[in-house]
Amino acid sequence: MSGQILETRGLSKRFGGVPAVDGVDFRLAEGELRCLIGPNGAGKSTFFKMITGQLRPSGGRVLFRGEDVTGEERHLLAKRGIGIKTQVPSLFDGISVRESLYLAARRFHSPREALRIVDGILAETGLHAVAERRVGELAHGQRQWVELGMVLAREPLLMLLDEPTAGMTPDETAHTAALIGKLRQQRAIIVVEHDMQFVRMIAEGVTVFHQGRILMEAPISEVLGDPRVREVYLGAHSERHA
Amino acid sequence: MSNRASSAGGIVIAALGVAALIGVPYVVELFTLVDVAVYCILSILALSLAFVWGYAGILSFGQSAFFGLGGYAYAMAVINLGESTVPVLAGILVPMIFAALLGYFMIYGRVSDVYLAVITLTVSLILYHLINSTSGPEYTIGRARLGGHNGVPGLPPINVPGNASAPLDYADTFRLSLGALLLVYFTLRAVIASRFGRVLVAIRENELRAELLGYDSRRYKLMAFTLGAGIAGFAGVLFASWGSFIGPSVFGIAFAAQVIVWILVGGLGTLGGAVVGTVLIQYLTTWLGQTKALPAMLGLSKIDPSLVLGIVLILFVLLVPSGILPTLRKLLRSRQAAASA
Repeated sequence: MSGQILETRGLSKRFGGVPAVDGVDFRLAEGELRCLIGPNGAGKSTFFKMITGQLRPSGGRVLFRGEDVTGEERHLLAKRGIGIKTQVPSLFDGISVRESLYLAARRFHSPREALRIVDGILAETGLHAVAERRVGELAHGQRQWVELGMVLAREPLLMLLDEPTAGMTPDETAHTAALIGKLRQQRAIIVVEHDMQFVRMIAEGVTVFHQGRILMEAPISEVLGDPRVREVYLGAHSERHA
Repeated sequence: MSNRASSAGGIVIAALGVAALIGVPYVVELFTLVDVAVYCILSILALSLAFVWGYAGILSFGQSAFFGLGGYAYAMAVINLGESTVPVLAGILVPMIFAALLGYFMIYGRVSDVYLAVITLTVSLILYHLINSTSGPEYTIGRARLGGHNGVPGLPPINVPGNASAPLDYADTFRLSLGALLLVYFTLRAVIASRFGRVLVAIRENELRAELLGYDSRRYKLMAFTLGAGIAGFAGVLFASWGSFIGPSVFGIAFAAQVIVWILVGGLGTLGGAVVGTVLIQYLTTWLGQTKALPAMLGLSKIDPSLVLGIVLILFVLLVPSGILPTLRKLLRSRQAAASA
């Protein structure tokens, strides 16, 4: 396995004294795909927000490709190659799908290259039919795709996907799984997901968050069979999801 | 609006503008020419806010402060130099430098939108009180007195560049004002269509997403704020030259609010709306100040234009919340859709 693309050391975030993320040591190798699972409030999204500069950590460090990037500005982290699809789609509602993708691609590419990337993403995501429509007019599943497309357009080295299939149909979910499978060949990806079927489709390594800490890190089959995970995360849903 | 429709609209506006530039001075009387010139100048101020607020998402409630700074910078410089070329540039640069400093602290300090509006208005009011307290003869810049609440009268008008003995007459002032309005309008259209402008719109739509894509929103917003101040300052220069006077009322809350009303009436998020709103409201204000029939009909000695402006604003907020131009466009689109169905 190659070097680490992302490492956190004792990463913490407190809100008014309450720890949301509590001393997390996490490592992700170049080209690795990892799923983060855990119950609501386990600290997964807060963890993502600290990595992307949306929140300043209360303690600990974030290292990207070996460099300390703790507390760095959001646009600088994006420039380094970190892209995120947020839990609730964060989009430019008032402008068209094509222009949204173009703006994402154009940030780090020439106009010609950006147009090529946009055409590729429109074809890949099936958004061609709605390319000229304003993002605010789209259905939830399509909005998820637009945001995913915008993250892809930037061609990041590390992609953070926070519940990428929320609100998607089973077909769209399967399509997303296939896309992530293809993407992982070129970049490292971390996916936060509650849908265990989806996690099974895409992941080998899984990190379980619980109360702001890492409960365990193991292959998906091992995680799902672990009684601690079943107790803290799957709980009453274990029979349905496992 | 589609790109084709937008381009066609631009060509029509440009053609009408050029025709007006050439023809209007020959067909309208002097008084009307003077009135139209000030409508053009105030429309430039409105365009500056339409850009900063409508496209960059920065509610600069005190946008008129930059207008005033431009006017005062021109006044001080032209009195001292006697020739207008450098003063015109000073009237643009002084507000830009002021806005760059103020904007830096606000925008890089991550001041939220509402507080930014409050701060810009407060700065304008501070300038209002500051200028008002400069009545004494000791408040001078070179040979120019600041004049306190009396303002600075008797300003030399803008002259042909480099030739102080060739000042612009009323017809020339009209041509300069309309030409400047067209220049600012089409320049802003080009800016909005450029990559810089599209990123600004994206930031207005979702600043967080723009930053997560790698755009430094603060830099873009500061540039837009500074550019807007330069345009407002330019309008202030033209205003001071047009009336041969600049006074502290340009920093007052009434004028600051008036600019906001122009934009809201014309339609936020459009450039044309800013011009339509300004001309409509200013014409209404002038008419209310002159008409005797309406007060007589209502049994009043006179009508306070500010009261009418307030009522107009309330009516627009309630009945036409998106403003005149966006509402007209929406109606046009729905009629076209109905016709093609």
